Amino acid sequence: MVDPNPSNPPSPPDRHGEDAPVDVLVVGGGMAGLTAALAFGVAGLSVVLVDRRPATDVLDAGFDGRTSALALGSQRVLDGLGAWAGMAEGAEPIREIRVSDGGAPLFLHYDHREVGSEPLGYIVENRHIRRALHDRLAACPAVRLIAPGSVEDLVLEEPQIRARLSDGREIWARLAVAADGRDSPLRRAAGIPVTAWDYPQTGIVCTVRHEKPHRGIAHERFLPAGPLAMLPMRGNLSSVVWTERRDRAAHLLGLDDAAFAAEIARRFGPSLGRLEIVGGRWSYPLSLSHADRYVAPRLALVGDAAHAIHPIAGQGFNLGLRDVAVLAETVVDAARLGLDIGGPEPLREYERWRRFDSVALSAATDILNRLFSNDLAPVRLARDLGLAAVNRTPTLRRFFMRHAMGVVGELPRLARGEPL
Amino acid sequence: MIDAQEKPNLDPEEIARFEAMAGEWWDPSGKFKPLHRLNPVRLGVIRDLAAARFDRDPRDIRCLSGIRIVDIGCGGGLVCEPLARLGAEVLGLDASPLNIEIARTHAAASGLSIDYRAGTAEALVEAGESFDLVLALEIVEHVPDVGAFLTCCANLTAPGGGLVMSTINRTAKAYAFAILGAEYLLRWLPVGTHDWRRFVRPSEAATALRAAGLTIGEATGLIYNPLTDTWGRSPRDLDVNYIMSATKDPAAA
Repeated sequence: MVDPNPSNPPSPPDRHGEDAPVDVLVVGGGMAGLTAALAFGVAGLSVVLVDRRPATDVLDAGFDGRTSALALGSQRVLDGLGAWAGMAEGAEPIREIRVSDGGAPLFLHYDHREVGSEPLGYIVENRHIRRALHDRLAACPAVRLIAPGSVEDLVLEEPQIRARLSDGREIWARLAVAADGRDSPLRRAAGIPVTAWDYPQTGIVCTVRHEKPHRGIAHERFLPAGPLAMLPMRGNLSSVVWTERRDRAAHLLGLDDAAFAAEIARRFGPSLGRLEIVGGRWSYPLSLSHADRYVAPRLALVGDAAHAIHPIAGQGFNLGLRDVAVLAETVVDAARLGLDIGGPEPLREYERWRRFDSVALSAATDILNRLFSNDLAPVRLARDLGLAAVNRTPTLRRFFMRHAMGVVGELPRLARGEPL
Repeated sequence: MIDAQEKPNLDPEEIARFEAMAGEWWDPSGKFKPLHRLNPVRLGVIRDLAAARFDRDPRDIRCLSGIRIVDIGCGGGLVCEPLARLGAEVLGLDASPLNIEIARTHAAASGLSIDYRAGTAEALVEAGESFDLVLALEIVEHVPDVGAFLTCCANLTAPGGGLVMSTINRTAKAYAFAILGAEYLLRWLPVGTHDWRRFVRPSEAATALRAAGLTIGEATGLIYNPLTDTWGRSPRDLDVNYIMSATKDPAAA
């Protein structure tokens, strides 16, 4: 929209209808962005969600082999926002986690019965998560989806922030949320630096059908080149998350399905019987990046825009959901007091609350990766003994288990299973 | 414009002291920083009282829709704006035309519709106005005649409506915290912002409000936590800052 008199722009209160200012602008329609828009919308805030992809791409998606390991805390967040019911049918509960170090006999064993009756988490296909979130959003009158669309620039005009979309439209909001991924253009535009590490490794994701039932057991095998996780899906399917040296990965990805399945079987072992590849294979160069700040005036970063971590512990989306649950809580609490939701207070509180958790997890996964992607005999012995020690100490084991379940730390209401 | 009463219940020195800082009303790290820090807990108490009184859900972000509120001594509008966002129809009243000007400008930029007037509570009573909720926050310690002022606030309360008053208690602890601590030691407030002799005990406020026909509700202490730099509520400790509510019988004339 071209303003006929640029020296005197229309003040937001004069705008009506489509141009009326909204409470929150969410940029990015990935799982974190969808959940954020839903959380604000459920609380009654007006939301515009801008996504690059047309909604039909998301809704018509076939099975593509990508899954998420949802920690219990994440499942509670989705349930609290009314989105879990729409994906529960395709979710497989994780009842046990077995961690082993290559071929060593010692292993770490997490059983959900040690910490209560609930499963440790769930494996859900990403397309099911997206679809359930989209369906919930469609039932939320306070949320407007603009897709395909993209934000060209964001300008702070206190007490609002103005976004110009690529089609010329303008959105005025009190708060903008950047859920636009690892390479977040909004983060870059806000001048927030990123600290990043690259690993000489590639993450490979695919789905296998196996002969024998998995009995709800998730396996993580630490191998010299990197870990291989086998995560239980519905039926006799499991999701494979496999980390390999970069040069090796290129070769593996070039193999046909049978040869590729044989490579997985060689590393995983015979416990699930014969393996067969179902759907596509996905690969990602592994890197860890962490934004130096999570907030700027009237802007908050969530999900991969704030911190993209090594997928070794399957915690990326879980961290993103925790961001969303915390941001929704600080922002909605401010809204319920009539305070400025994009003002310094709710954002400062969000950053204070989230930084510790993300930094700790990023560091922990980095250390785990360095420790386990190593075949030196003393390191190997030390970590075998370490795994055995953790396994023999119930307190320590329960501590690690609760971490994996996402139910430790200062939890936001949604992650505690309470209403927003 | 200040109402031309014969003897207004105002202290010109107090008004001048606030006008000198008026440009900083909306600066969260400026001279009114303590009020900005105090604001969330004050607003929470007011919202919860109003929601209970008028049968609203405090989690609804428009929970005060349609409720008529007057904020006496509104300053730059730090309380008026949040209440307007929650849906209330707000009248902001202040003796200082400068404060009112600042409050108006800020509300316009925020896209909020608030009726700001320079004037006195006495003039509103004379005009026969009444409100569902009357707010007298951090003001009684700045007026010369507390009893007359609270009577006036009570008279502005509609039958069935409520009144919320917050101030500083007249205790040795309040002297230590609010004067020595906040003004001299921490320099939160300019020296001379408060005069300890003008602080009001809960019993004194309650007596004045009861005499004016109101029923005293709960009183809540507002407690500062220096470690987190936040304020919280305390049901028992009213020694320094406290907030008190009162209601008017629906059948009152």
